[in-house]
Amino acid sequence: MSPTQTNGHFETLVVDDEPTAGVSGASPTLCALAPVGLLAELTHRCPLQCSYCSNPLELERVNKELTTAEWVSVMEQAGAMGILQVHLSGGEPTARKDLEGIVEAAAKAGLYTNLITAAVTLTRPRLEELVKRGLDHVQISFQDVDAENAERIAAYPGATQKKLDVAHWVTELGLPLTINAPIHRQNIHNVPRYIQLALELGAQRLEIAHVQYYGWAYLNRAALIPTYQETVESIEFVERERERLKGMLTIDMVVPDYYAKRPKPCMGGWGKGFMNITPSGKVLPCHAAETIKHLKFDNVKDRALLDIWLNSDAFNAFRGTEWMREPCRSCAFREIDFGGCRCQAMAITGDARNTDPACALSPYHGEMVAFARAKAAEPPKPFIYRNPRNVPNTAKPEPRPLVPAE
Amino acid sequence: MMAEGTSPGRLIVNQETRPFLPAYLKLRHDAGRGRWVLLAPERILTPDETAVAVLKLCDGKKTVEEISEALAKDYAAPVDVIREDVLELLQGLADKGYIKA
Repeated sequence: MSPTQTNGHFETLVVDDEPTAGVSGASPTLCALAPVGLLAELTHRCPLQCSYCSNPLELERVNKELTTAEWVSVMEQAGAMGILQVHLSGGEPTARKDLEGIVEAAAKAGLYTNLITAAVTLTRPRLEELVKRGLDHVQISFQDVDAENAERIAAYPGATQKKLDVAHWVTELGLPLTINAPIHRQNIHNVPRYIQLALELGAQRLEIAHVQYYGWAYLNRAALIPTYQETVESIEFVERERERLKGMLTIDMVVPDYYAKRPKPCMGGWGKGFMNITPSGKVLPCHAAETIKHLKFDNVKDRALLDIWLNSDAFNAFRGTEWMREPCRSCAFREIDFGGCRCQAMAITGDARNTDPACALSPYHGEMVAFARAKAAEPPKPFIYRNPRNVPNTAKPEPRPLVPAE
Repeated sequence: MMAEGTSPGRLIVNQETRPFLPAYLKLRHDAGRGRWVLLAPERILTPDETAVAVLKLCDGKKTVEEISEALAKDYAAPVDVIREDVLELLQGLADKGYIKA
């Protein structure tokens, strides 16, 4: 009966977690070319002030934010063009009083809705209402498992108990829960206890997310980068635990690429599987893309989402492999990692078309690793907390740009 | 700050298991790409046609044996072979937390 059956057995049944699996070979309808995921940064307002935040240094102001009707339109367009999942993030998405209406529009458009929240200001009645409107999944960040340190990192006293309360409500309401653990030198020793916490809270999923150095995190590298040894030990530990906890807890790990040999396939490839919309409606190929100053970004207020995705200059700038230079251009991995991250290439080498220096083939790689090792060996610098008051402090240039190896 | 322990053990799928998809997974047709998708937290699984046929029978009432018999009939294939496939599929999904019983 089925063409997929051979010798009485079924062929491979499930392909896991491939952002664009099945897309490239699909029929060339517009829908098939749409991204699968949308990161909606509803606001840059946030009660927390974490120095590892990857938001841009120039936080967008509340009076620039899209209206409810504009976000509703975004969700409708997203569903119609074939986007499958929306991640409601920020800043703190619950700072939007109209979050309920946005969730409802997303759910009606057929999107799988994921709320990425700090959870410190979320009440139980509000969470119940969000679930009623169609919320599918909640992700809560914990800045550490030690309450005191967590609250120092976030500059928010009393955060931990509030997060625990919300985590319990999420599971009581039957929603899947992800614990997000942003890992850096000031909490990396607690990776084992994060796993314990996720199990005790009944989470389906734990993200051990080593900090990626964009935005505020880039500015705070000397406060955040762990040592090579701590990093390797924690990664090995997580890999063992992942095997032991099969079927009980999904552990996803984002590894710190300053110590990597190969770059991450950032966003699964530029303009390939994901798009990001800022609070004011700018549509970006990734949340850090505005650091590439020569790119011009379209706004959902001016242009249809599908048109932006397919035709805008910013999305086409680094699509595919045509834009590449050596060593990417002739590399066997060019369609696997797409040369890594354009924003990291920009931040560290000064040119977004260069190979991501996380790649061992980049002439800047040795310098980058040496920088990370040197910073990790020094006592941590004080945090520059992420808040509008500190924006002027961010204007100082990086003390020393890296130079390529011979 | 630790909470009450609630985590379940690993589910071992056998003939008597009555598997179901937890409510937080959504099996839907992805019209634009002409395929089925299983939407999960920060994951998109793409089951093929036969996997979809298996998943649609996972209602928490039918056992793996009953599911295998139904599929064996539909696909005109020996139940022993089909059962083996179904067990392998469901154990793999259970290990990712996508099948409960």
